Amino acid sequence: MTAGTGTAPLEQVPHVLDVRKLSKVYGSGETAVHALRDVDLTVRRGEYVAVIGQSGSGKSTLLNMLGCLDAPTSGRYLLEGLDVADLDERQQAVLRNRQIGFIFQAFNLIPRTSALANVELPLVYAGVGRRVRRERAQAALSLVGLQGREDQRPNQLSGGQQQRVAVARALVTTPALLLADEPTGNLDSASTRDVLGLFDRLHAAGRTIVLITHDDEVAERAERVVVVSDGRLTEARARR
Amino acid sequence: MSVVEIIRFAVRGLIANRLRSLLTMLGIIIGIAAVILLTALGNGASQYIQGQIAGLGANSITVLPRQPPDTAGTDGRPLTQGDVRALADPQGAPDVASVSPVVSLQGTTVEAGRARTDATIIGSTPSYFPGANIQLGTGRVYTEADVTAGRKVILLGRTVADDLFGVGSDPVGQDVLVRGVPFDVIGTLAPAGQGQGLSNPDENVLAPLTAVQGSLTGFGDLTQIVVQARSTEAQAAAESEINSILDRRHGIDVPDNRDYQVLSARQLADVLDDTLGAFTLLLAAIAAISLVVGGIGITNIMLVSVTERTREIGIRKALGAPPSAILGQFLVESIILSVVGGVLGVAVGYAGTLVPLGDFRPVVLPSAVVAAVGVSAAIGIFFGAYPARRAARLRPIEALRRE
Ligand SMILES: Nc1ncnc2c1ncn2[C@@H]1O[C@H](COP(=O)(O)OP(=O)(O)OP(=O)(O)O)[C@@H](O)[C@H]1O
Ligand SMILES: [Mg+2]
Repeated sequence: MTAGTGTAPLEQVPHVLDVRKLSKVYGSGETAVHALRDVDLTVRRGEYVAVIGQSGSGKSTLLNMLGCLDAPTSGRYLLEGLDVADLDERQQAVLRNRQIGFIFQAFNLIPRTSALANVELPLVYAGVGRRVRRERAQAALSLVGLQGREDQRPNQLSGGQQQRVAVARALVTTPALLLADEPTGNLDSASTRDVLGLFDRLHAAGRTIVLITHDDEVAERAERVVVVSDGRLTEARARR
Repeated sequence: MSVVEIIRFAVRGLIANRLRSLLTMLGIIIGIAAVILLTALGNGASQYIQGQIAGLGANSITVLPRQPPDTAGTDGRPLTQGDVRALADPQGAPDVASVSPVVSLQGTTVEAGRARTDATIIGSTPSYFPGANIQLGTGRVYTEADVTAGRKVILLGRTVADDLFGVGSDPVGQDVLVRGVPFDVIGTLAPAGQGQGLSNPDENVLAPLTAVQGSLTGFGDLTQIVVQARSTEAQAAAESEINSILDRRHGIDVPDNRDYQVLSARQLADVLDDTLGAFTLLLAAIAAISLVVGGIGITNIMLVSVTERTREIGIRKALGAPPSAILGQFLVESIILSVVGGVLGVAVGYAGTLVPLGDFRPVVLPSAVVAAVGVSAAIGIFFGAYPARRAARLRPIEALRRE
């Protein structure tokens, strides 16, 4: 299934993400959980997609797969036309580092490590030099309104601040694909507006964004909304 | 990602987990310090005892009577003054410097006023003092004239003097009763300390041979003959001269039938060397066990460390850390731990050897240092690598789900 009805001819638009008959089963036998069932999804370059659905419907499972953090039980996943299953560990690491910015539902900052060092981390693995790394990490932190908090550790930051560090970390490598699992779940309305404004600008700059949310207001901003329910994916609406 | 970067991560990881890093290192430090200290103890003890044996008088040879093995029931010929005279003959025994006939009586009661104690009385001639390497403390040694005249003069071992006249006293000029027979105290022996030789010289009293024979043992057989060789080098030659003279005098055809026995410090040194070798080996085994225990400690903490940080590994992987970077970080962490722990362990072990233990000092064996550090580094690296490798292979999401 493809999306973007009424837009340009599909064959000519390169798909950043191309998911075909993707299934994910956790466990086996009696206790097996079918978190995803034969999901098809394509996302064009520069698209802004919101994923909504009830808790436990399989949204995070899908996003993890898109971020190359987990492998599907069956089905194919092409990222920039490459079948992820064909890549070895190291190549997948490079892919995650260069192409994807991932914002976790649970922040996943490294404990006992300063905000700045957390944001610098992806650049370290990208082989960026120290000084440049520092500058870019500082820039990313100011972008999310955390200038002056560079040296604070995750346990010295509020939930919203931690969320914003996680956003800064995902943006610092200027990835073409931004995957966000409820990035505004822990933010107040002002911070939410800031982060969403940021996403709008990134979208305007041509980045591809896939975002999970519970918040209708957040989903409003996306070009396209897909609904996951009980492991199946349906297109809700297409806008613009 | 550069090596410098990996090392920086490792150092940061260690500092972020200070307590755990210290505890891990403690295991290594104790293991290595134990190896160094125990082997140094064994080595020091061995050197000390060898020094003591040298102090026994390397030139000293003792001849003792013994029951010949195949003549059960019939006693061999005793050692006599005739034997002494034959051994003292420079013609037959050119390598012998002096020969001292000895009679001794163990458990002899010695009294001074109300005080009494048990001692071993040894009757001999003045050459016994250099021959058995006995040092004078206070007073004088008895003379040939004392021996000829059978004068009842006596020298007390330090313990005996302490028991009878008080600790540190100088009883020269006093009288003692040895089995009721009065003797004049003319001197004391220098304290030998515990365990010099086979009996404790501090518990002996020494008197002229004739006085002991005349008043206590009677003019019968000798308890032993102490022979002094001309030099340490001449000792073996002196021993064979003693054998040939006594074999002739006692009518011995084969060495197995000898009714006497020749003992020397040289032989004692050989026996003790073997014993000490076993002792050092025992200490080394204990040390090795402590090293293994230390190694298990490292392994354990490395496993815990990696398991505890599986989530962190997951985050790093999600951000694009290649498996080699994860593996490198933990490997460098364990290398730093083992190397720093190793250096500190050597320092602690070495410091431990500086503590004096009684009379002897532990002597550090360089080979033990090398072995201890090498083994602990190997253990640290090997067992640090194993869990790190396992963690580096996890899928990011699996690692992230671990709490
Ligand atoms: N590791 C796992 N083992 C077993 N079942 C799992 C595992 N992870 C998720 N599930 C199950 O898969 C289903 C989908 O989970 P998922 O985390 O994708 O939900 P979600 O849509 O993100 O929910 P939420 O909005 O609460 O975050 C749930 O029923 C969940 O219980
Ligand atoms: Mg979720």
